[in-house]
This record gives sequence, C-alpha cells and structure tokens, in this order.
Amino acid sequence: MTQRLHKPRLGTTALIYLALAGVLAAGGIAVAVDGGNLFATANLVDMLTRTSLTGFLAIGMTLVILCRSLDLSVGYTAALSSLVAATTMDGQVANVPLAIGAVLLVSGLIGAFNGAVTAYLGVNPFITTLGTGLIIKGYLDTQYKGPAGDVPVMFQQFGYTRIGPVPVSTVVMLAVAAAAIWFLRSTRTGHHMYAVGGDVDVARMSGIRTGRTLLAAHVLCGMTAGVAGLLLASRFGTGSATAYTSLYELDAIAAVVLGGTLLLGGKGGVAGTVAGVAILAVLDTVFNVLQIDPFAKDVLRGVVIIAAVAIYARRQLDRTARRPRFAEGRAS
Amino acid sequence: MTEVLSMRGIDKAFLGVPVLSSVDLTMNQGEVHALVGENGAGKSTLMKILAGVHTADAGTIELGGRAVSFTHPLQAQHAGVASVFQEFNLLPELTVAENVHLGREPKRRGLIDRRAMIDSTAETLADLGVDDLAPTANVGRLSVAHQQITEIAKALSQGADLICMDEPTAALADAEVELLYRLIGRLRERGTAVLYVSHRLKEIFDLCDRITVLKDGRLVDSVATADITPDDLVAKMVGRRIEAQFPARLPGTETGGTRLKITGGGNDFVDSIDLDVRAGEIVGLAGLQGSGRTEIAEAVFGIAPFTRGTVEVDGTPIRITRPRKAIGAGIALVTEDRKAQGLALWQSVRANARMVLDANARVHSRRRLARVSGLLASLDLVARGEDQEVRFLSGGNQQKVVVAKWLAAEPGIIVLDEPTRGIDVGAKHKLYSVVRELAAEGLAVLLIASELIEVIGLADRIVVLHDGRIAGELPGGATEQQVMAYATGRGPE
Repeated sequence: MTQRLHKPRLGTTALIYLALAGVLAAGGIAVAVDGGNLFATANLVDMLTRTSLTGFLAIGMTLVILCRSLDLSVGYTAALSSLVAATTMDGQVANVPLAIGAVLLVSGLIGAFNGAVTAYLGVNPFITTLGTGLIIKGYLDTQYKGPAGDVPVMFQQFGYTRIGPVPVSTVVMLAVAAAAIWFLRSTRTGHHMYAVGGDVDVARMSGIRTGRTLLAAHVLCGMTAGVAGLLLASRFGTGSATAYTSLYELDAIAAVVLGGTLLLGGKGGVAGTVAGVAILAVLDTVFNVLQIDPFAKDVLRGVVIIAAVAIYARRQLDRTARRPRFAEGRAS
Repeated sequence: MTEVLSMRGIDKAFLGVPVLSSVDLTMNQGEVHALVGENGAGKSTLMKILAGVHTADAGTIELGGRAVSFTHPLQAQHAGVASVFQEFNLLPELTVAENVHLGREPKRRGLIDRRAMIDSTAETLADLGVDDLAPTANVGRLSVAHQQITEIAKALSQGADLICMDEPTAALADAEVELLYRLIGRLRERGTAVLYVSHRLKEIFDLCDRITVLKDGRLVDSVATADITPDDLVAKMVGRRIEAQFPARLPGTETGGTRLKITGGGNDFVDSIDLDVRAGEIVGLAGLQGSGRTEIAEAVFGIAPFTRGTVEVDGTPIRITRPRKAIGAGIALVTEDRKAQGLALWQSVRANARMVLDANARVHSRRRLARVSGLLASLDLVARGEDQEVRFLSGGNQQKVVVAKWLAAEPGIIVLDEPTRGIDVGAKHKLYSVVRELAAEGLAVLLIASELIEVIGLADRIVVLHDGRIAGELPGGATEQQVMAYATGRGPE
C-alpha cells in the first residue's frame, strides 16, 4: 500500500511570500542602481499606504472567489459608500458611528443582492455584479455631479495617521485580514466556502446549504467594499462619486489571483491575498520611485499578473481527471 | 438475520426506454450482496434509485421495515444509505477529516472543533482497521484506495447501515484490492450491509454472500454464492436474446494490407497493446466499462497519446500527439460522447458536417466539400434542411451527421466508439450497413461497443480487453460467453 510519491513541494502561500521577498529584493536593487533607497521611510510609507485600500477590497473578493463567484461591483460600492459616509457624517464627529453603520448596511445589502441573484436565480456572477455595478454607476453619475458631504477631521485620521511608518488604515486592513483568516478556518460558514467553490455538487450532497454560503460570501465582500469606501471618504475628506473610475475591482481581483487563490474556487486564502496586495504595492512604489512612465508601468503590472497565473496553472496541471492505471514515474 | 433492505417491483424508464422492469432486491444486515449483469443491464440505475439519485417510476423501497421514497440523495443518506460511486464525492483540497465531516463539522462554542473532527475520524479509521491513513492528510494527494477509504469512513460517520459500492475495484491496483477486501470484511463484522456492483467474478465469489443477476433491466435470479458456479453465473448474465439481424459481409470486401498497426502501445490507462487492423477489416474492441476501450481510441486519435510503443499507419511509423495529426494521417474518430465531443449542438447540420474539412487544410478540398450533401443523403439523414441546428435532431440523425463529417475527409482508418449509443433501432441498422460498406470500400474499421452482440455480429476479429491490457482475441461470431470469459479476466473459456 504505497501512496503516490510526491516531491516535497512548497505550499502555495509560502511560495507567494517568497515571491514577495523576491519582488522586494529585485525592487530594492533596481532602486539602488538608480541611486535611491526603496527602504527609505517615505517609500515604506508609500508602499504600506497603497496596501490598505486594495487590501480591504481583495479580502472580500477572496471570499467570493473561493466560492467560485466574482464581484465586479466593489469599485462602485466603494464609491457609493464614500458618499454615504461623507453625507451622513456631514462634518459632525457625533455622526461617525451612524455613518459607519449606514455604510456597512448599504454595502452589505448590495452584497446580499449580488449573492441572492447569483445563488438563487442562477445568474452568472460576472453578469450579476457587472449589472449591479452599472446600476450604482448610473445612480452616482446622475445624482452626484461632484464631491458631496463633509468628513470631520477626526475621521480623516483613519486615512492619514501613522504608527511609526505604518498607517492606521493598514493596521485595520491587517486586522480585517486576520479576522477573515479566522472566519474561513474556524466557522462552519467560512469552512463551507471552500466546499462550495471546490465542488458545489459534493457540497450539496454533504448537506451544505450552498446558496446561503454563497450569499454570506457576497455580503461580506460588499461590506469590505464598504470599509474601502470609508477609507476613501477619510482620505478625500468628502464623498467621491468618481472614485469608481480607478477600477479598484480589477486591482482586487489581480491581488487575489496573485495571492494564489484559484479563480475557479475552492483553493486559496486571505493570507496569500495579503501577499498579493503587497506585491502590487511594492511594484507601484518601485515604478514611482524609478519614475517609469505610466504606460510601461501598466504593461509591467499586466505581465507580472499573467506570469504568476501561468505559474499556478502549471502547478495545477498534474491533476488529471482520470486515475491512471499504469502511472509511470510521474514527471511533475 | 434482520432484513435491512427490501426493494419490490422497481420500474424505471428514461425517455420512454425501460431500463428496469419489476426488479426486486432484498438485503440482510451485514450481508455483502453482489449486483451483477452485463453493461446496460440496469445495475447502476438500480443502485442510483437506492441512493436517491434517480426516483423509481413504480415499486416500493423499505429500509429496516420502514417504507421510504427518495427524491434527493441527502434523503437516502439520512435514512442510512451511503454510496461510493466511481467518481468520488470528495474535495481534493481538504483533508481526510474535513471530508469525512463535511457539512456536519463538530462544533464547540459555535466554532469548528478541529480536534474533535480529527479524533473522531481517527476513531472511524481505527474501527475500519486502517492504520496508514492520517486524518490530516490532504485528500488530493492520496492514492485512489485511500480516497475510497475516506469515502467509506464518511459513509460510516454519517451512520450508514447500507453502503453501495459501484465498481469499487475498477481503479485499484492488486495490493489495494486486498485492502478493500479487509475493509469489506470489517464492515460485515460491524453489521453494515454492502451492495457490491461489479463485473469481476473473482471478487464476487471471494467477497459476496448473495448474488442478484440482472439482464436487460429484469431480475434473472438472486442466489446464495455457495449455490452457484462462476460458469453458471456467466450463463445467467449473458443468456441469449432475440437480436437484431446484422447485415452480412458485403460481397467484394477484401482484406488488404495492414493500415493501422500498434506495437506495445501504452500510457497511463492502457498497457502492452499490440493491435493491427487491415484494409477492409472490422476489428471489434470488447471489454467491460473501464477496461481501456475508449482509452485506446483516444490514444490512436492523439487525445491521450500512447507514451510507449509505436504506431504505424499504412506502414509508416507516426507519432500521433494531437487529433490534428491523426486527421492528417487519415484517421477518423466517432466519439463515445456525441453531444460533448462529436457535435457543435447549436450549429447547423451543414456547419457540423463540414467541420473536419474546414478545420484541416490537409484534408480540405473543393471536391470533398461538394460531396458533403450527397453523403448526408446517402446516410438517410432526416432533417428539415441543412440549416437546421443539430440539437433539434434525434440521436440517430445526430450520429449520422457525425459519421458524415468524418467520411467527408475520406479517412483510411475509422474508429467508432459506441456508435449506436442512445439511437433508435432504425438508425442502428443504418449504421451497421454503413460499417459494412466502409469495410467494402477498403477502410480499416475499429469498432468499440458495450453491446457484445454488436461486436460479435459485425467484427471479423474481436480483441478483448481487461484492466487496460489485451486479454485475448477471438474470431467474429464467437459466443458472448467466450468474450465475457476474457473480459472478466478468467482466461479462455
């Protein structure tokens, strides 16, 4: 009774952190050759600041992608949330708790809508969330011609205060990430997300309420987009309808995929996503410091993302559907 | 002995075609009960009815004396019936313990209690006498045998009194089969009943207490293993049926030179395949499901190529690594799964029939394109017109489109994998005549069919596979018993 022999392999998450270290080293060298220091405080602050916004979105995105779903509406949800936050606060510190509550409610409801339509009406999540995004965009474009609302200075601290070189928003993002890791590992709902994304039939046959699980993932994804909206509001000091033009959802999906979560669901996790977010942030900072022109910058980002996914795809290839009867010494 | 299961008068039809008629099955506590029959006898359907995958059209099911009726597999699970299908219901990314407890994770203070999950899995495994499987192992990395054990452990932890196993040894190595034997012995001691669906006579006689034989959807007999010999059992499984007339070999059909020659062919699924097919010859490939028939077709056509051995086409050695190369070498494959692999269902008859020519410059020609309509007509295609989408055609007419698209390329070798699956009698006969005509025109025909009678009725030679290897060769017109003897791995009759 022998188990199939496998060469010991690095876990995917370990691999991604190794890649992050590699990107940091390569970036550090590139910047040093250029006569700069990537690890100067200003650059570190820049890198860490970049992680928080994409981070919030990518954490929620990880949950839906684990369930073999997707959310293209997070950028619009975040923009709408920034407006809900700023207009509810209306310059009053006393309104901050109310505003946070309102944002989480609105963004959670958007997620619930996405989840319900996808899970119970069977609409492909790509279409569901694209549609939701367009609906929100239409609302934003017609109702808000410019910035609206007023964020009190106290709440703007969320966007700007730092503990040493580490921005508070990044600390909060890491706390949310830790909570998500715990959620996926220790709660039934979180655990079932892997099953739903891995094989929805197996999950259903095991008695898992697959629709509910998917719904939960979408609600949480909506809410992290809401938190991202709060961060936008605190950084801008006002609500910004046009924030969606930054296409944050694509950054979030890229970070998730870069972080080793399978786009087909069932495999991956938030720890990898955080590394994915960090890799993108390091690249952006390096490109900035080196003053690479924006076109080349986007091209390089694209290349990095595609290359990463190609590497994962290769690692995935040896899962043959059929079980070999006369397996030779398997090469991979 | 207490009776755990009693199925009476089970009827089931799919799309009006009866698959089971008035079948009875009873099982006792701790009994290992074999369900046997040829391909298509209705074994799997009966098992799926018991598992809640299908619902019977008529008949009653009692479990432990209580009448039950399942419309969903979960209901069967809750009633104590678990099934281990050939395709496992496991999540490869999760651990053994996580799979065993999936959907029923033990909780402590509202959170998943991993310790309890691992401990109780370890207990179940120990109870099964399995000591070399860690509850924390990742299922995707396990051997097939260990995955199967995980399935069985999952079934037991769900409180199953009855476990159905569909061809459990189909993918196991010999050493692993031993382990399964031990496991089933252990289940018997615990009082768990096992319904064992298998073709393999040796296992049936080694393991099972009783045997129920199905043929053509009907109950033939249900006997104690001790009261029957293997030969009698085979006779009961095959018997003689009033069968379709097969057209005779056409006058003027001449067996010419070797067109396809495989020497020592092998890959992950088949091994040591020596096979040659000559011009004008129809060679039948027989064997039970999973014996490697389709895998040979796929290797010849370059879908899952041979990694060992050589292939020669018309005397020239060739490495067929992709379907495109096979087509270029004059090989055609009518696949087993017409809808998934044979046709673009939402496209027209014309587009489908021209597809091979349009896609392959090496076989494309104006003359051949001009022949397509004539080909469709000569196959007696019934369609509203060549613009009709093929999804609206009957199975038989769809198959004619598939055949036409390959004949358009004027191949020298044609592989037909289950060409008559799911088509009506009229279309079947048409296909039989087409096969004869192709041979008369000098094509080399490799015919795969689950219906033994088709292989016997049409082939000049029958090559029988067992476990991915050639078990024997018989002349056309051999008896079903002779073929089954090789196919079940018992050697010549």
